[in-house]
Amino acid sequence: MSAVVAEHDDHHDHGPAKGLLRWVITTNHKDIGTLYLLFALAMFFVGGTMAMIIRAELFEPGMQFVNPQFFNSMTTMHALVMVFGAVMPAFVGLANWMIPMMIGAPDMALPRMNNMSFWLLVAGVLLLASTLFMEGGAPASGWTLYPPLVLQTGKALPFAIFSVHLLGISSIMGAINIIATIFNMRAPGMTLMKMPMFVWTWLITAFLLIAIMPVFAGAVTMLLTDKFFNTSFFDAAGGGDPVLYQHIFWFFGHPEVYVMILPTFGVASTIIPVFARKPLFGYSSMVHATAAIAFLSFIVWAHHMFTVGMPIAGELYFMYATMLIAIPTGVKVFNWTATMWKGSMTFETPMLFSIAFVVLFTMGGFTGLMMSVAPVDFQYHDTYFIVAHFHYTLVPASVFILMAAGYFWLPKWTGHMYDERIGRLHFWLSVISVNILFFPQHFLGLAGMPRRIPDYAVQFADWNMISSIGGFIFGASQLLFLYIVIDTIRGGTGEKVTGEVWEDAAKHSLEWTLPSPPPYHSFTTPPTVIPTEHI
Amino acid sequence: MKKTKQLFAGLILMALGLGTAQAAYTLNLMEGVTKVSNDIYDLHMLVLWICIFIGIAVFGTMFYSIYHHRKSRGHKAEQFHENTMVEIIWTIIPTLILIGMAIPATKAMIELDDVQESEMSIKVTGHQWKWEYDYLDNGIHFFSSLDEASNKVRQVGSGLDPRSVPNYLLNVDKPLVIPTKKKIRFVFTSADVIHSWWVPDLGWKKDTNPGFINEAWTYVEEPGTYRGQCTELCGKDHGFMPIVVIAMNEPEYNAWVEQQKAAVAAEAGSVGKEWTKEELAAKGKSVYETSCASCHMPDGAGLPGTFPAIKGSPVVTGDINAQVKLVSEGKGMMPAFGKMLSAVDFAAVVTYTRNGLGNSVGDSIQPSAIQALQSGTPVADKNE
Repeated sequence: MSAVVAEHDDHHDHGPAKGLLRWVITTNHKDIGTLYLLFALAMFFVGGTMAMIIRAELFEPGMQFVNPQFFNSMTTMHALVMVFGAVMPAFVGLANWMIPMMIGAPDMALPRMNNMSFWLLVAGVLLLASTLFMEGGAPASGWTLYPPLVLQTGKALPFAIFSVHLLGISSIMGAINIIATIFNMRAPGMTLMKMPMFVWTWLITAFLLIAIMPVFAGAVTMLLTDKFFNTSFFDAAGGGDPVLYQHIFWFFGHPEVYVMILPTFGVASTIIPVFARKPLFGYSSMVHATAAIAFLSFIVWAHHMFTVGMPIAGELYFMYATMLIAIPTGVKVFNWTATMWKGSMTFETPMLFSIAFVVLFTMGGFTGLMMSVAPVDFQYHDTYFIVAHFHYTLVPASVFILMAAGYFWLPKWTGHMYDERIGRLHFWLSVISVNILFFPQHFLGLAGMPRRIPDYAVQFADWNMISSIGGFIFGASQLLFLYIVIDTIRGGTGEKVTGEVWEDAAKHSLEWTLPSPPPYHSFTTPPTVIPTEHI
Repeated sequence: MKKTKQLFAGLILMALGLGTAQAAYTLNLMEGVTKVSNDIYDLHMLVLWICIFIGIAVFGTMFYSIYHHRKSRGHKAEQFHENTMVEIIWTIIPTLILIGMAIPATKAMIELDDVQESEMSIKVTGHQWKWEYDYLDNGIHFFSSLDEASNKVRQVGSGLDPRSVPNYLLNVDKPLVIPTKKKIRFVFTSADVIHSWWVPDLGWKKDTNPGFINEAWTYVEEPGTYRGQCTELCGKDHGFMPIVVIAMNEPEYNAWVEQQKAAVAAEAGSVGKEWTKEELAAKGKSVYETSCASCHMPDGAGLPGTFPAIKGSPVVTGDINAQVKLVSEGKGMMPAFGKMLSAVDFAAVVTYTRNGLGNSVGDSIQPSAIQALQSGTPVADKNE
């Protein structure tokens, strides 16, 4: 490491350390970004395999493959791995790669902490995965880890809690780094209101992370002391309250879902203008809407708990506050539509995924609005309707945008062009199968199928089978993405890409002014011209 | 008007859903059988229609643009990127729509919350994994678990066809019976973890929190059988603790109440009688299947690492009084069955575990001994 650090005094470009050790000790934002992205991709397949097990068991009524306890472990681990192992790290990876390049900086502000936060993530996820092999099995109480049920976990409980601590520390360090970078390393002339939307959304997300991860760590620590040190935070017999945990959890949990969606908004606002060949419509209202959504996310948590037995005033307050979220979210959707309006659109794979994101995320928004109505949520709550809802906001939204970002920036990162034909095939397979997978789940929920059950009454059989078929196609289609990533890294179509890659992209954002692939230290001297096309 | 609307909604949903629908039941929210559930259904449809219209407007605009404003059709990009007036309009219109939704929603919420002036109360206690019902006005009390037919089929790899069981996973051994045309208050609590009691036809679900009481109410107009399930993940058999509510007209309900009271009296009478080991073991088998088999498994093999086996267990093959004490007081995840089983059922199931499931200790215990224990006196001598 010392050799690498010593060379930092020189302002000439130099390459990475040689060999495998490069990846262990690297402090370079691109290397760490790559590590994050590849790790997230691997976890996407791990979490996806768990989803396949779930859908296989639900393919038909009756218990065919797994016992109910293991099924519950699968739903729990699927969620934890996807949230903390795949989606969040993928966005941190994008932030690492893109933020320094977008703001005209040479690297992140705190490169060594950057390395540490990545390796803590790996440690946390491996620790979590190891619980699968422990006596009593992995946690099976849902990713929300509600007591008293979670306290019935076998040997795995303290390990799962410690892994949450590690993941939290990792996220907080990543967030501090991003804030420090954005506040200190912007090129001269790049005022806050000239920053690309992706940088803005990550800045806001980073503040959310710093606010909420300690809350989650506190909640799980209370679980730990309840289990092992005779406290009774959540045990009525000792004067505690199990519902207290839910309030604390969702104070973390609701902003947490925005941690996964705000950077998604940022990427969509980056990609759509490039392929519409038009500036983003309503840049400043987009910034303000993002901030408004972030603020609202802190004051709506108990809409996850409408049936827990709150006083009527609480029910009504959380209903009204939740409804408000529809307004800034609506503004974003309208702005994206207005950005496309009268543009000169082309439909390369990143644009296809982005359009699908706008449409399908809006569907998730609609069901979200329906569930905000507290009395109706007394029916929807904890059914497949909500499973459909949050998967629409996570899979064809966050995951699709991560795919879009992959296609959009892979040529920049590698200097090679991906195969557009296979990219489009991947898109169409994904967008069709994801709807076969999740749309019928609305029907199942409305018809009365509770979530997190391994077996179901026979009237739910048809839609479950269709949903499972969609799931298998969707899962298999993602292997195409893996193929494309590997193929592009190894040379792709062989076509030489320019620095700009996409037509006039350099007018939108600074990363396109660099060659493809960009130099190891992005901007060793600050750029003098700040693109303003996005404003 | 309402019927045509529903038909139209059903058609749209069907078109969206690839069409194999057999009945509206599998597509849309059910209207339910109470006024509250009807109000909730109407609210659901209102918001659904708002979403459909907004969706058509936004996606319509977007797809018009995608078709017409594309480079391949030679469309030149315009460069506008701001319009404060438009931004204000599309902030205010949604705000007004939300206010329009909030008013009926508030009314329904207040109605749903009002448990005042109820005519009778039923206490519902969630257990892993069954329901306990206490009629607070007339003392009727019983447990309600998954029915035996479903329970056999739902075992992993049973190879049995769920379609051969009527109301698979939605049937219980002893349903909750309520009178029609009476405002019934439910109070909810739990003996272990959080559960949630949901019968879609009644229009709501409510969590059962250990150590706390929740309330809800219903008023059913028509007699009928209404089915539901636990909707809060409560462990291994969360998917296997259904709810069945049978609403009866007043005369039938009263007859049912009398019948329950008579059964309790008959059971109390049989406690004092001398039971043979075979009688106890035969009765104990069915108690075992409803109360014990979900953890210790129907064959008594348990789940290694989580639930101990009955077969060859040192507790079961050891001193009978120690076993009675453990079953009565519980241990770790095992609930205290002393208060959950009647003296007869208790004695029967202990006798069964010692003489069935691969064990053959040969002894038994009389219900009268259990009753003495439950009322505080020391356990009487075991019968050899």
